[in-house]
Amino acid sequence: MNNLAPLPARQVTSSLVRHDALLSQERAAGLRRLVIMGGIGLICIAALAITGFFDAERFNDGLPALGQLFSEMVPPDFGRWRNWMRPLLDTLAMSIAGTVLAVILSLPLAILAAPNTTPHPILMHIVRTLLSFLRSVPEIIMGILFVAAVGFGALPGVLALALHSVGMVGKFYAEAIEHVDPRPLEAARAAGATSVQVISHAVLPQVLPQLADVTIYRWEYHFRASAVLGIVGAGGIGFELIAALRLIKYDQVSAILLTILACVLIVDAIGAWLRRNLK
Amino acid sequence: MITVEALSVSYGQAAPALKSTTLSFERGAFTVLLGASGAGKSTLLRALNGLVKPTSGKVVTADFGPLSSGANLRSHRRRTGMIFQQHQLIGRSSVLENVLMGRLGYHNSLRTLFPFGRDERLRALSAIERVGLIEYALRRADQLSGGQQQRVGIARALVQQPDIILADEPVASLDPATAEAVLSLIHGIAKQDGLTAVVSLHQLDFARRFADRIIGLAHGEVVFDGKPTDLSELDITRLYQTAPMVGAAKNLDHSAMELVA
Repeated sequence: MNNLAPLPARQVTSSLVRHDALLSQERAAGLRRLVIMGGIGLICIAALAITGFFDAERFNDGLPALGQLFSEMVPPDFGRWRNWMRPLLDTLAMSIAGTVLAVILSLPLAILAAPNTTPHPILMHIVRTLLSFLRSVPEIIMGILFVAAVGFGALPGVLALALHSVGMVGKFYAEAIEHVDPRPLEAARAAGATSVQVISHAVLPQVLPQLADVTIYRWEYHFRASAVLGIVGAGGIGFELIAALRLIKYDQVSAILLTILACVLIVDAIGAWLRRNLK
Repeated sequence: MITVEALSVSYGQAAPALKSTTLSFERGAFTVLLGASGAGKSTLLRALNGLVKPTSGKVVTADFGPLSSGANLRSHRRRTGMIFQQHQLIGRSSVLENVLMGRLGYHNSLRTLFPFGRDERLRALSAIERVGLIEYALRRADQLSGGQQQRVGIARALVQQPDIILADEPVASLDPATAEAVLSLIHGIAKQDGLTAVVSLHQLDFARRFADRIIGLAHGEVVFDGKPTDLSELDITRLYQTAPMVGAAKNLDHSAMELVA
């Protein structure tokens, strides 16, 4: 109520001056934001130009070809569906096996890579570098290398998926471990727990839901990725896809793509259900 | 008995959290570390089980010798239960699993990768029963009230079959009635089992009621050490004197005026 009393004139003017200063400060900040946004906009347009997006001629020539391809794709030809069941099963098995291997390798590496569980900072940096190296080699390249090493089939695909994923999964696991509540760790240490026991009984129980989350997402991703890996000869439905492409049977290509889409939807639904139930 | 010899602790460049201190804690005594926050209570307490490393000086126990060696430290920690201000439980684990954490010191790392056996689980359940939470044993810890969570913390310390109990501000986060109940429980158990207890508190009345001995700390130094009845008004002023807060209220008033203008 006190605040509603009229203020002395001197105080009113001094406030006005100060508020004007604040407003012009706000205007300057707004202008700077506008310049930054404009700069980002220019870079985006430049990127589209460099990659030939504004080349109208290519679109003019390309559109009919695209139409042609599309018309050859419909109706999809599911006639060979019996031959796709086994490769699909292989793809599913590859995605699961790749996830299992990725988890087995990622967990110990993540413990070494998290600052609160690593035995030594130097080891932490070495492992982190290893993880970034693994995730920077695309699985398709790893697929080509493993096909060269162990021959065609699902095995090189699994190895490629797992090794590439360790880079990603290990990083996510390490981040989850890094952000655990440190207080239960102190309690375990105070009860005479060894470092291994602190990790097994105070760190892991806290992060298990997050680790499960990351793992399930990775499994979903593996299913999609293993379809691609078939292209380099690493087994599964991707092998059928590339065969149909080579034979220019676009109606079969579209049928395989639709089949993969259906499976991806099923896998994602199972993944979502698992995540809900592991909370 | 635990002896602290010329112990000092510094964190980084700042003034030492604990200046050179020599003390000994008698077997079976209930000692309260009393003082304002930042007085060094927590640091002294954590030095007693090696959670804080001494900058100089040492901590020696009658049973296991100096705490500088890893093996001594682990043996000492196994028989020293610790109760924390924020209970330090794992919220999503059950009460039983949290209490079983107190048994880790009794097994090697490889063994504890497998689930605890029936005898250990029964031991944990009887500790949970002793703190009056048996019907909550399989609940998630984060479903319990603050006072109940602190009881779980006490059970976790008890299941260690300790000789020593260290409690760091065990009732600071609780309402007065719950605080009273929790502190009585700790005191009762310590007396019943003949445990050496070192409890840090900032409430004078609790300290007077429960302590056999009060060690008053201010600015990292022991400023009082004796029976609760020997604690004088002068001692109390020395314990709690801090820089007064000036001008905060005036400033607040002034800015409220400008908001209207």
